[in-house]
Formats: sequence, C-alpha cells, structure tokens
Amino acid sequence: MPRGPQEQRLLRRGFALLWLSVKTQRTPFILSVSGAALFAVMAVGGTVVLGRITDEVLEPAFQGGADRGAVAVGAGALVGASLLRMVGVVLRRYFGQMAQRRMQVHWFTRVTDRYLRVPLRWFEEHPAGELLAHADADCERSTMAMQPLPFSLGVLVLIVVATVQLAVVDPVLMLVGLALFPSLAIINSAYTRRVERPAAAAQARVGDVSSVTHESFEAALVVKTLGLDGRERERLRCAAEGLRQARVEVGNLRASFEPALDALPNLGTIVLLWVGAWRLSTGAVTTGELVQAMALFGILAFPFRIVGFLLEELPRAVVAHDRIAGVLRAPDRVRPAEPRPLPPGPVEVELDDVTFAYGHDIVLEGLAARVAPGEVVALVGSTGSGKSSVCSLLAHLVDPTAGEVRLSGVPLSELDPDALHRATALVFQETFLFGDSVRENLTLGSPIGDDEVWAALDVARARPFVERLPHGLDEVIGERGVTLSGGQRQRLALARALLRRPQLLLLDDATSAVDARVEQAILARLRGRTEATTLIVAHRVSTIALADRVLLLEDGRIVADGTHRSLLQVPAYAALVRAYEQDAA
Amino acid sequence: MSHEPLDAAPAETPRRDAHDAAVDALESSAPAGGSDHERRHREATPEEDALQDAGAVTVLRRGVAATPELREGLLLTGLLAILTAAGKLAVPILIQQTLDRGVLGDRGYRAGFVAVACAGTALLTIVLYALNRGTFRRLVRAAEASLLGLRLRTFSHIHRLSIAEHVDHRRGALVARVTSDVETLAQFTEWGAVAWIVDSTLLVATLAVMAVYSWQLTLVAMAVFVPLLPLLRALQRRQLAAYDDVRNAVGGTLSEVSELVSGAPVVLAYGLEGRARRRLDAAIDKQYRAHLRGAKWFSIMFPLADLFGAVALAAVVAAGAINGEAWGLGFGELVAFLFLVNLLLTPISQLTEILDQTQTAIAGWRKILGVLATPVDVEEPVDGASLPQGPLAVDLEGVRFAYREGGEVLRGLDLHLPAGCTVAVVGETGSGKTTIAKLLCRLADPTAGVVRVGGVDLREVAPESRHARIRMVPQDGFLFDAPLADNVRMGRVDATDTDVDAAFASLGLSGWVDDLPGGIHASVGERGGNLSVGERQLVALARAQLGDPGLLILDEATSSVDPETEQALANALDRLATGRTVVSIAHRLSTAERADVVVVVDAGEIVEHGPHAELLGRGGVYSGLFESWLGNTRAG
Repeated sequence: MPRGPQEQRLLRRGFALLWLSVKTQRTPFILSVSGAALFAVMAVGGTVVLGRITDEVLEPAFQGGADRGAVAVGAGALVGASLLRMVGVVLRRYFGQMAQRRMQVHWFTRVTDRYLRVPLRWFEEHPAGELLAHADADCERSTMAMQPLPFSLGVLVLIVVATVQLAVVDPVLMLVGLALFPSLAIINSAYTRRVERPAAAAQARVGDVSSVTHESFEAALVVKTLGLDGRERERLRCAAEGLRQARVEVGNLRASFEPALDALPNLGTIVLLWVGAWRLSTGAVTTGELVQAMALFGILAFPFRIVGFLLEELPRAVVAHDRIAGVLRAPDRVRPAEPRPLPPGPVEVELDDVTFAYGHDIVLEGLAARVAPGEVVALVGSTGSGKSSVCSLLAHLVDPTAGEVRLSGVPLSELDPDALHRATALVFQETFLFGDSVRENLTLGSPIGDDEVWAALDVARARPFVERLPHGLDEVIGERGVTLSGGQRQRLALARALLRRPQLLLLDDATSAVDARVEQAILARLRGRTEATTLIVAHRVSTIALADRVLLLEDGRIVADGTHRSLLQVPAYAALVRAYEQDAA
Repeated sequence: MSHEPLDAAPAETPRRDAHDAAVDALESSAPAGGSDHERRHREATPEEDALQDAGAVTVLRRGVAATPELREGLLLTGLLAILTAAGKLAVPILIQQTLDRGVLGDRGYRAGFVAVACAGTALLTIVLYALNRGTFRRLVRAAEASLLGLRLRTFSHIHRLSIAEHVDHRRGALVARVTSDVETLAQFTEWGAVAWIVDSTLLVATLAVMAVYSWQLTLVAMAVFVPLLPLLRALQRRQLAAYDDVRNAVGGTLSEVSELVSGAPVVLAYGLEGRARRRLDAAIDKQYRAHLRGAKWFSIMFPLADLFGAVALAAVVAAGAINGEAWGLGFGELVAFLFLVNLLLTPISQLTEILDQTQTAIAGWRKILGVLATPVDVEEPVDGASLPQGPLAVDLEGVRFAYREGGEVLRGLDLHLPAGCTVAVVGETGSGKTTIAKLLCRLADPTAGVVRVGGVDLREVAPESRHARIRMVPQDGFLFDAPLADNVRMGRVDATDTDVDAAFASLGLSGWVDDLPGGIHASVGERGGNLSVGERQLVALARAQLGDPGLLILDEATSSVDPETEQALANALDRLATGRTVVSIAHRLSTAERADVVVVVDAGEIVEHGPHAELLGRGGVYSGLFESWLGNTRAG
C-alpha cells in the first residue's frame, strides 16, 4: 500500500523503537517469538495431521474397517499437536507480556526519576494532568506495539510453512493459495489505513465529551442559578453527536471489512474445493491432501489481522515515545560541585541585591535584606509584590536571576542541598498533604515518636481534631480518606514543619485559613517553642504585629523596614493595613 | 472457513487493559485508586446502593427500557443475525456434498455438479456478506443512537440533582456516569447483545446439522465440550479478579505519581526524593506483578478451547472410524464433521467473552440507572407564575431545612425583608446562613414553611422568571473556558457585545476590562484561571447586571482579595444594588456596617435582626461578634 513519506518515516521510527525495546528485553522476547513460531508450525502441523487422518484412518475405515492402532496414533497426534500449540501460545503471551511490561517499567522508572530531578519551575510549566499521562499512558502506549510483534513474526513463519506445505501437496492448489494470501493482506492493510483517521477522531471526541461534562458539572452552581441547563445540554449534544458520527463511521468501515475478512477465506475454500475435486478425480491429490489444504485456508484469515494491529500500534507508540523523550530531556536541578555544610543554630538570612524573574516578568528587583538569627520577621506587601518568591528563594526552590542568597554566610548555590532541607521548613498557603495517614504526613517517614508528634500538634492547635478522628494518627486523609477543612490542613502542615526542628521557618501565608484567634494562639506558642529564624507572610494585622520587625515589599523591592508601630507612619504601609482591616475572616 | 481463529482478536490486543483502567482512574477524581466502595467518601447515592443489589436480569430489563433507541428495528436485526449465523454452515455442507456426491460417489467425478454446487455456495457467501454488513451497520446505528440518548438524559438528570450532590469528591463519579459508564455499554450494544443471538444460533444450527449426519457422533462431540464452558467461566473469573488487581495497582501508581507532581514543592522543599523513589518503585513493582499475574490466566484461557477442540476432534475421528459405517455415516459426512466440530469452537469460546461484556454492561447500567433513579430536588411548576417587576421583597415563613442526610440546618425562620433594602446575613460557619442563600434562589426547597419572593411562593415561580429576576453571585464564580464576553452573556443569552460593554461600564469596571489583553474578548482560561478570585466575582456581578434582577444574593468570598480588586468590587456592588434587594452572606464587618438590615443567624435560628447601630447598642450576639472582629483587626 502506498504511504506518504511522513507515514513511512513514522513507521521507520516505530521499527527503530521496537528494535530498541527488543534489545533491552532480549530473553523474554526470544522466548515469546519461539512460542509464536512453535504455534505457527504446529498450526500447519495440525492440518497435516488432519489430512493424514483422512487418508490413513477414515478412508480405510470406510473400505473395510479401521485399524485401531492407526486410529489411536491419529487421535494422539491431533491432541499432541494441540498441546504443542498450547505451549506455543502460553510462551508467546506470557513472555510477550513480560517483555512489554518490563519495558513499561523501564520507561516509567526513567520518567519518574526525571520528575525527581527537575527544578520546581519545570513543574509549573507543565500541567499536572500531562505529567501524569507521560508516566502512565505514554509509557504503556510506547510499548504496546511489543505485544503483537511476536505473533506478527510468527505469521511470517506461518505463511512460509503454509506455502511450502501447499507446494508439497500440489502446485495447482498452491496457486489458489498464492492468490488468496495477497488479497487478504491487501484488504487488511486497506482496512487498517482507512479506519485510522475516524478511529483517531472518535478518540478525540471522547475527550471532548469528557471535558464538556467535567466543566459543566464543575459549574453546577452557575448552571443552576442562571438556568443554563438547556445550553449545557446543547453543548454536550454537539460533542456527543460528533462522537456518535465518528463511531458510526468506524462501525460502518468495520461492517464492510470484517465480514469480508470472514468471507474471503470461505471463497478461497470454495475455489479450492472446485479445483481440488478435479485434481482429486485425476488422482493428482488424495482426499486427505485436499482436506489439509482447506483446513490450512481456515487458519490463515486471522493472523493477517495481527500484522494490521502491529502497524496500527506503531505510529501511536512513536508519538508516545516522543513525549517520553521530551520529559527525559528536561534539565537537572543544579547541585553544587563542593557542597558546604550549614552551621548549627538559628540561621542568619541575607538577600544580596537579588533579582528574580519569571520569564520576562520581573518579580524582585535588587532586593536587599538581612534577618538576624532567631529574629521573627513579617513580610508584608500587596498581591504580586513578590512575598512568596522570597520564600521560594530562601528554600532554594528557585534560583535568583541575579544577586545572591546566603544562609549563615553560605551562598545557597554552594550549600549542601540535604543540609538545606534538614534546616529549613517552608509552609505554603496551599497545603499539600499526602494521601496517607496523619502520622505519615507529619513524620514523612522519619522515626519520630508519637509523644513528639502530639507535642507538635499541640503547638499547631491540631490536637483536638486529630483526637476526634476515628483512627487518630492512623486516620488516612486526602482523596481516599477523610476530608479536612483548609484550616485543619494548614495546622497539620505547620505541625509537620515544627517536627523537623528547623533552623529557618518560612510561613508563606500558612495560617490564612485558620480562625484569627486560633492563629494568634498558634503563633504565640510558636514563638515560645522554637529558636528558629522565622519569616512570616501574613495578611492579618494582628499577626503582623506579633513580629519583631516588618519588611514592606512593593514592586519587588523593600520600601520600608521597622516595627509595625514605626511603619504606621509610612503612608503605603498605613494604606495596606487599612485594606487588611476591612477583611476580617 | 471452518477453522475459526483459534486465538480470538480481542485477546491479542488487550485494549481494555491497564490503559483504560488508567483513563478511568483519571476521570474519576484525579489521583484515584481502589474500587468505588473502598473509598470512605460517599460516592453513591442511596438509589445507586439499592441497585447494587438488584439482579442482573432486572438491571438489564430496566437498562433496555431506559434506552428505547436500542429496541428500534431490533427484530429485523436479530433476524438478519440468525440468517448470517446459519450461513456459516454452508461451506462444511458443500464439502460433504462435493465429496460424497461429486467425486467419491457411485457415479464418480461429476464436474457439472461440483461447479454448480461451488458456484451456488460462492454466491451464497457473497449474499451472506451483504447481509452481514447490513446487520453490522444497523447495529452500530442503533447502538450509537441509544448511547447518545442515554448520555444526554443522564447528563440532564445530573444537572437537575440537588446541588448537594455536586460536591468535589462526587464530581469524578458523576462525570464517569456520562462518560466511561456509558462507554462500558458500547461494546455490549454494538456487538454483545446480538452476539448472544448469533452464537446461540450458530451453536444450535451446527449441532442440528451434525445430528442430521449422525446423532451418535454429535453426542460424542458434545460430551467433550460440556466441561469446557464451566472451566472457561472459572478461568475467566480468575482473570477478571486479576484484572481488578491490575486496576487497583494502576490506581496506586497513579496516586504516587500524582502526589509527586502536585506535591512537588513539598517534596523539593523537604528533600523527600528518596522517600518518593522508594514508594514509586514499590508501586511500579506491584503493578508489574499484577500485570504478569493477569497474563498467566490470559495465556491459558484461549489455547484451552483449542485443546478441547482437538480432543473432540480426536474422539470424533476414533468413534467415526470405528463405528461410522455401523451408524450409517458416509465418508464425506465424516470429513464434514471434522469441520463442523471446529465450527462449534467459535461460539463456545466466544460465549465467555460475551458473558464478560454483558457483566460489564450490567455494571455500567447499574450505575447509570442509579443516578437516573436519584430524585431531583426541585420539581419545576407546570404553569409557573412570573415574579413582579422592580425590587423584590423576601418573606420567610416558618422555614425549616434539613439535608437528605444529616440533621436540621434551619429550624423555623420567620423574616420579612422589604423590597429594595440591603441585608447582611452574619453568623459563624455552620450557622446556616449559606443555606438561606440557597433557599432564596431555590437551589433547594425548605423541608417545611414557605419562601416568598415578591409575594409569590418560590415553588410556584416559573424557572425562566426565577433565573432572570433572582441572581446569585457565588463565592467563587465559575467561569467557562470561553471569552470574557461569552461568560457575561450567560446572564442574558441575547445580549450583544455593546450590552456587555454597557454592563461593565454601569458597574464602573470599564477600566478594568480595558486593561485585560483583548478587553471583553479576553480569554479567561480553564475555570477562569487567568483571573483572580476577586476578578471572577467582578464577572459574576456583570452577569447579574446584564440580567437586571430584582433580588441579588451575594455570597462574599472568605479568602482575601487584593485591595485594588476589593475596592472595585465594593464600588460595583454599590452600583448594582441601586434599586434592588440585596442579600449578602457577609464575612466582612464592613459589609455588615453598610447594610440597612443585619440578620444574625446562630445554630439555624435568627437570633437578632435590625440595623447595625441598633444591634450594637443591644449588646447581644451581634455586638459580641463585632467586638471580636474589631479586636482581630485593630490589635496593632
């Protein structure tokens, strides 16, 4: 079949990918192909047995009685051939699966390894759903073509053996066979090619239906209050009607081709019978040989489909693999060549002429600040002034575009990352909890005793609600467990940070969902419990007032620095505080 | 011909394998895993639970009843299917006829007879092809039409369910009802349902032809096949269980990856890479093992049918060779028998697959029927009244409310709010103030008592009038992934761009709109993600403005909005409130201070109401609330 140059290139790359996969999983693959070959040989073998039985068991039986010994041999050969086919199929399938699944594990591991090494910014640039699909669907898709491969190779064996067998039986019958094989191949290939586009369209429409449904149900409140249900139904009808049409198109193609693939070998058999009857009458073939040839035609129809499946799967595998390759090309986080340790005790924080930009968007510009060891500093500024960026910089989640960040005099770029992680605890406004027990979420796998855990929960004012959970610390939270409120989640995240006994504590709006009075209590207790240098991003005046010092951030710079009281003289600060006062939760 | 594929196609490409499981898992609430009943969240309505216990036949009957499109023309399709199935017997019969009467018979080789028989059968094969094609096409058309209908009916019904059903953790399940659950029916409706007919016809017809040749040999063959069916069923059950394990394992790895991806900041900030790697490796290994366990059953199932076929063939050969003549069997008939035995293999091995498909379809129908059986909360009146023009008064008369599950939220509210006043409803979280907002726009009906708006019982108001005259501005106004103008137009479908511009202008928001890239044609992104929470509320206000409502219900955002947007919101709201009744579910004291009337709700009852100043002077609940607000905000 003629194919465009692009398709040809895709196929070539597909075969290259297959070759790579086969090389990586050599042993199971060889076992699987051996099974496929055994199956092919024994499938033809079965037809030979059938032919021989016809001639040597059945025909004599009607001409003067059966030879019981021959009957037993024939029956045994039938079952024996089938057992060998069974061994072949089991080998092919089991080791074929093994080869494919191992390859999937191979890609899966490499992709997730990459996820563990890329800088945080890379995650922000790629939607979570996409990253999930790379690890799961793409890794599977890129190896799927390995499954029909052993059988496809077996089909080659089958065709060769079948043709040779036919040639041995009778060259005239072989000619009928030679006419049948290519027409089966052509119809198969035409089917595969024609169904490709509508099948892909149907797949895309499934996505449409799914996203319309999802968006619509997410908007349930708006749909109800504005009475948009009619409009939404129309929207779904459009998407679903597109899906229906694509499906009907695929179905109609199938309706034309699949019965044809059924009928063609039947027609072949009829021609074979017609020619064969003549050959039989002239004594050129025996009845058994004719039976063998007809049985052979019967087993040939299906295997051609397998080659079709392989060709269908290959381009998809290439596309999936390209996406995996894209992930594997992602950059590493930079690690210092000679990591330096962090001195013990509360850290001193220095931001030295720090500029930080997201693409062209400059967030911080020439920011300079110093926080003394053990000091509690509030970072204040309007939305988008760069408060969170300061926190991310200090936790070394991002690198400054220019300037330097130092902790206790050690530039972050030279600091041992493990030491940094042990020393700092960053608590985000958007709390992330693992779908695991409360205890695991707090200890993160470290061997920490329950007493200590409860103590941290006390400070974070989380003890009462954790105690009320049916399984206490063992309660599973998140998607598959109990749902916690935003404030409860924040309090757990805070306890988690405290358990790490940080030298530097960064609270990025970490108590925003907690009741104002509770927040005050938490922060007051916190001050009594930790020596850590603490940076608080907050919106409540009461919280800000708790800090030793306040830094006012505006347009990426620090514009005022002092105690809450002294800053009230600064008009920009006073305006901001007034705005916050309006906002009482 | 007779040797049907010993290795059926669907088995070779396990498309419903892990990939689909992954898709399912993704669709039903992102990092999912485990089966539905494993989750501790309520994922099913009581109606769905009830259907779990209904028998397969009941579900199937009700399922077919719920998809009338499926039954259309089914009779003719079934008839065609029977014809094509019976047609498969033509070739073995031809073999017998040719051998016995055309070549090896008493009259020797009859070229004419063979040619006519072969040509006739070839013609029949072509006619059968056409019939087969027609059957397929009819099936696909009916199946897809019924799936479309079912999808739309389920979708509409879900939209009419109580807003309480539309919670985050239920959403994945609801989406699945319209998507993947309907998909599970596709295979069955396109093929499975008719395959029952085809395969049973083929089975019966083959046995019948065999019996005509020799009933004794037929019994021999049947005796061999009888144990195959239960054996295949047993193996299939093992395979399905293994498949369940695979789904769960895939769900497990997906949650691990999902935690890694969405928890990346925490993983990085706390240096948890080692922990993540260990957990991932364990999950990946578990998934690999589950796959291989599944592969084991999967490998054995199909060759088993082949083996039984070979044994049956061997038995037929032996019995036929030894007793054939005594049973009055001809040589050609015995040869034809060999092909007929193979013809039996197809329907027998397919029956297990159809059973599997039918079970899947029943499971899907069960879920869909469950949702369809869940009663809608709010029945719309047949001939609804219209709300009056102008600002609308609100009256609550002995209003009580309880959710389907859980205790009473409102315990007898009586309240009159005159038309055109601004009202702030205050109270602690869980006091029931949000429920009042829901009742006012009839997201639910009170369990007792009456809600009157503009003097009309809300239950008697036509939905069109209600949607136009009562507007709710929710805390986080959901925006569709469409241009800004289209989102505003949802407030009034026939509004032009000029109307949209005017709506923004009248709220004093022209400046804000002009600053957006593209103005009113700006793309708001998925869920309105390009805009902040406060900005999304601005859009919701413009939506309301466009509709010219008489009653506006405002659910204030609890999360902090940046001061600039806050100012714009307050400003726009003031303008929008002019000449309208406004009920705010207030979280800010400034809102309460500005309102004409403050309504204080506590534990489902109205404990105080009146102007701000008056309530402060009373020294009751409200003054206490207000003091604590002040204390929190002016503690400097």
